[in-house]
Amino acid sequence: MKQPLLQLANLSARIGTGPRAIRPVDDVSFTINKGETFALLGESGCGKSMTALSILRLLPQPHGRISGGQVKLEGTDLTALPEVEMRQVRGRRIAMIFQEPMTSLNPVLTVGDQIGEMLQQHLQMKGTAKLNRVLELLDAVGIPDVKRRYTEYPHQLSGGMKQRVMIAIALAGEPDLLIADEPTTALDVTIQAQVLELLQQLQRDTHMAILLITHDLGIVAGMADRVAVMYAGQLVEEASRDCFFTDARHPYSLRLFESLPNVDKRDHALKTIPGFVPVLDRDFSGCRFAERCEQAWDTCRTQAPSWDITTDHHHVRCHLADRNITPPARTARDDTPLAHATPGTGTGASLLEVRDLKVHFPIHKGVFKRVVGQVYAVDGVSLEIPEGHTQALVGESGCGKTTVGKGILQLLRPTAGSVQFDNTELTQLKGERLRRRRTDFQFIFQDPYSSMNPRMRVGDIVEEGMIAQDIGNSSQQRRQRVDELFVQVGLSPENAHRYPHEFSGGQRQRICIARALAVNPRLIICDEPTSALDISVQAQILNLLKQLQNELGLSYLFITHNLSVVSYLADRVAVMYLGRIVEEGPVASVLEEPLHPYTRVLLSAVPQIDQDTRREIIRLEGDMPSPANPPGGCHFHPRCPDAMPGCRERYPGETGTADHRVHCFLHQ
Amino acid sequence: MIMPVILWTDALIFLLVAIVTGFALYARGKPHLRAPWHHVMCSRLGSMAVVILCAYIIIGLLDSLHYRPAIENSDASAETHYAVEVLSVLDVLVGPLRTRTEKTYSAPFATQLFSRETVQHPDGSQTRKYPRLEYGGRHLENPAADARADILQRSGIALTQTLAAGLAVLLLITLWQARRRQLAFMASLRDILARRTAVPWLIILITLSVLLLLTFLAINLATAYHVLGTDKVGEDVFYQTLKSIRTGLVIGTLTTLIMLPFAIFMGILAGYARGWIDDLIQYLYTTLNSIPGILLIAAAILMLQVYMANHPDAFETTLERADIRLLFLCIILGITSWTGLCRLLRGESLKLREAEYIQAATAFGVRHSKIISRHILPNVMHIVLITVVLDFSGLVLAEAVLSYVGVGVDPTMNSWGNMINSARLEMAREPVVWWSLLAAFLFMFTLVLAANLFSDAVRDAFDPRLRQR
Repeated sequence: MKQPLLQLANLSARIGTGPRAIRPVDDVSFTINKGETFALLGESGCGKSMTALSILRLLPQPHGRISGGQVKLEGTDLTALPEVEMRQVRGRRIAMIFQEPMTSLNPVLTVGDQIGEMLQQHLQMKGTAKLNRVLELLDAVGIPDVKRRYTEYPHQLSGGMKQRVMIAIALAGEPDLLIADEPTTALDVTIQAQVLELLQQLQRDTHMAILLITHDLGIVAGMADRVAVMYAGQLVEEASRDCFFTDARHPYSLRLFESLPNVDKRDHALKTIPGFVPVLDRDFSGCRFAERCEQAWDTCRTQAPSWDITTDHHHVRCHLADRNITPPARTARDDTPLAHATPGTGTGASLLEVRDLKVHFPIHKGVFKRVVGQVYAVDGVSLEIPEGHTQALVGESGCGKTTVGKGILQLLRPTAGSVQFDNTELTQLKGERLRRRRTDFQFIFQDPYSSMNPRMRVGDIVEEGMIAQDIGNSSQQRRQRVDELFVQVGLSPENAHRYPHEFSGGQRQRICIARALAVNPRLIICDEPTSALDISVQAQILNLLKQLQNELGLSYLFITHNLSVVSYLADRVAVMYLGRIVEEGPVASVLEEPLHPYTRVLLSAVPQIDQDTRREIIRLEGDMPSPANPPGGCHFHPRCPDAMPGCRERYPGETGTADHRVHCFLHQ
Repeated sequence: MIMPVILWTDALIFLLVAIVTGFALYARGKPHLRAPWHHVMCSRLGSMAVVILCAYIIIGLLDSLHYRPAIENSDASAETHYAVEVLSVLDVLVGPLRTRTEKTYSAPFATQLFSRETVQHPDGSQTRKYPRLEYGGRHLENPAADARADILQRSGIALTQTLAAGLAVLLLITLWQARRRQLAFMASLRDILARRTAVPWLIILITLSVLLLLTFLAINLATAYHVLGTDKVGEDVFYQTLKSIRTGLVIGTLTTLIMLPFAIFMGILAGYARGWIDDLIQYLYTTLNSIPGILLIAAAILMLQVYMANHPDAFETTLERADIRLLFLCIILGITSWTGLCRLLRGESLKLREAEYIQAATAFGVRHSKIISRHILPNVMHIVLITVVLDFSGLVLAEAVLSYVGVGVDPTMNSWGNMINSARLEMAREPVVWWSLLAAFLFMFTLVLAANLFSDAVRDAFDPRLRQR
């Protein structure tokens, strides 16, 4: 039997001391063989990153330490190495790339210097040899025009480019193992597809092993050879990819699958996992998942399940999979959908009508702040949202979707165009009349952490809008309404006296929803409300939004980059590219039969779990151009796989049916 | 009969005390406001600094309660007249220190003058000798032989008193803690002595004991000797340094009180409103910043001097004149020093106005004034607080420098700067008169060090970037 590359044996880590120390990694064992991709899957707070940092002995100092177990790299125990030798391992034998490419590069050193540093450190390369190797590496990670990029600084590169540079730095030491901690979470789907493809290709060329840490089942399905699911500091399931995706056993793994939104679940509420990942500062007597597991019975709460049950290298830490334990007869599982959602309730009368909306930001330069150009953030967007419907707006970051939302709400005053809300022209409203009208349309922000004032109690936060709009006559009445709202979004009214930091991400988003509901709006603009949340929490929020739409007849403008959420929630979808809508139509027809090449690219780039439905990924060259200087003709033509000579000449007009509009010469 | 006198600075000091007390009462019910202060008290150096600062503040406050005593009048029916001299409660407490002036310099604990004088004997002969002091060690028969033993004995008494007082304080703290935390008395005592409490009571107790020891030493010794010597006109230096505390505190705190409204209002306005308002405020503070501060201060103080010389009857007492000058100094220091904080607040408001919770408030139609008062102001207060505390020690030191240069407080006013200024000549004497400088240095050093330690603790507790989870 050949020796595995990396072997973790009962690895445990502690942060802090004493009985209340956090145990982010508790008795974790797995092996990674040469050249394979091992995926570590789980929600935030489950100890995935901490496991990776423990392997490199980079736990946060001074509080973190490895408290037990071994990390063997080809037989050498890394936990016993002195720090000096450990430095030879980091970067040379094991390299790591981080989630956030924006902050992982030193902004004052050129890209070439940063890669060269690694070569000098680990391979003692100097002079021309070093220069040539850096250029080679940059070329290997698919950066065009390497000579010029060599001397550029990180701020001159886009996010995807930066992540490529990070990968080049990691590759510089020619490592045997690459730890990739959520390498694409901060990137757009098309860039994510590029980076994942690059990783796969590099793996084929160099035969390095990859430890891929992610929360995205789609990425796991496309990349991994083996999968391990981590929950509350422990591995709960480990299997080969095919085995995992066809025959997952642990209730947690199953629930992760079920809470993913997609078209098929459209008419049902999503399955959610109630509760939260427990705080890891105590001993557990039973199964750690028991509190959130609907199949749990008494044994689960008293006896910890063992890990050694093996069927064809398939480990599961669950009593259900243990042949020696017979679970009690299952009470009929509640399979009926929780709340039937009927799509497109409401009268269908037009509520919001946006015509040719433009939001331009002037670029000032020089001493006198002369206007030297415009950023065409939103450049002629037209939308229509009927009452009680959900319109989705998708696109990559920087395409202006959030600006559209803020422009509609007059948080940013549009440069041109009209926004008709219930037959009132919002762009003409000013001062007090606009302030009064704000009760009808609300905004839910992407990041529930930063959208609440940390120094106010959540009750006051929810009440603030009511006071501003004179809803409720007395403070007693308002308080009562706040309590009702808390119940409506699934929180206990007693929570009103607590501060935002005392809540988890999902709870905060619920409070934000309650705050928006407080002024009885008819339209809510949701700006990526679930992108900062875990899959299971995302399911809860999506359920809540759907349920509120049914009860209150709300209309949503749902801004997102997540197409599976769109397919689950929206009635119509508009695809945006560089400040303009390139395609708009009913969800089914846009997602099933996309007309615009860009829509096709977006759809193909979404990692799919199901092997059969996986499409050929259409590779998109380069990055999105700057909205300050959009390309002439069709904005998409420099990157378009189907570009024709005519595309360079002028912007294509609107074609297609009345129900499914598209801007593309392919469909003229 | 007495006539209370409220000087301008007194009024402002008590206004400040009222503001602080009001905030403390308001913060009691708000856990997020209370938590950082608790954090300050939990740090060892922080709690030590708080105790020392409290001692200074108490002296300063006692010295801010002014009055004019009535002149003894045999004629009961006549209208009561009041003395020209304004006294403070501190003057009453330290009693004889103020009035017991010697002829000229005398060293600490000396029983005779520092320089020889020619003494005429009744028989007409003259000798040059060190004359005995009028007050220092007056009770001793034979000063040269007995002084040492007497000082030791008095120190012994002070030590005993300190022990007794220290134990009493320990008892009180333990009882209070035991009641608050529902513990047995002995358990609570053990916790305190083994430093198992969140607030380091043992450290606080030790600092307090040192302060008590110094107080009792002063009580026992200063009544019989000049513990820090006397100055050129024979005034007790210890008394001067005690009186200087108020000057230092007034400069450090009132200046901030004066500059805060400017800095907060202008800073937040510039950051929140942007556009031409921002430009205007920026130009204002860049202009002000580029004028040398000392030039403005000198010009303002000289103008005031001219005014006071032309209107001598506007001020009833000399203390009032000195007080107006002190207030003017605070104002002009405040006007020159608001720019730094203003700049910080502008930057922070620029950042905050883009924060999502501010946008959310805008989306609700909350008015601008309300956004500023409810969302922006509370979220920049930590910066204000850190700056104020950090600036305090700088201002105390600035007073010393300005007085040395001659544009500081009134020469008749007790201040560390004036003491240092006069020490300039004393240091040139042979033998050197060192105690004035040393006394000023010690008191100022302790205050500034405590303020700096306190500001460090405050910054650790309030700065979100430094705060550990």
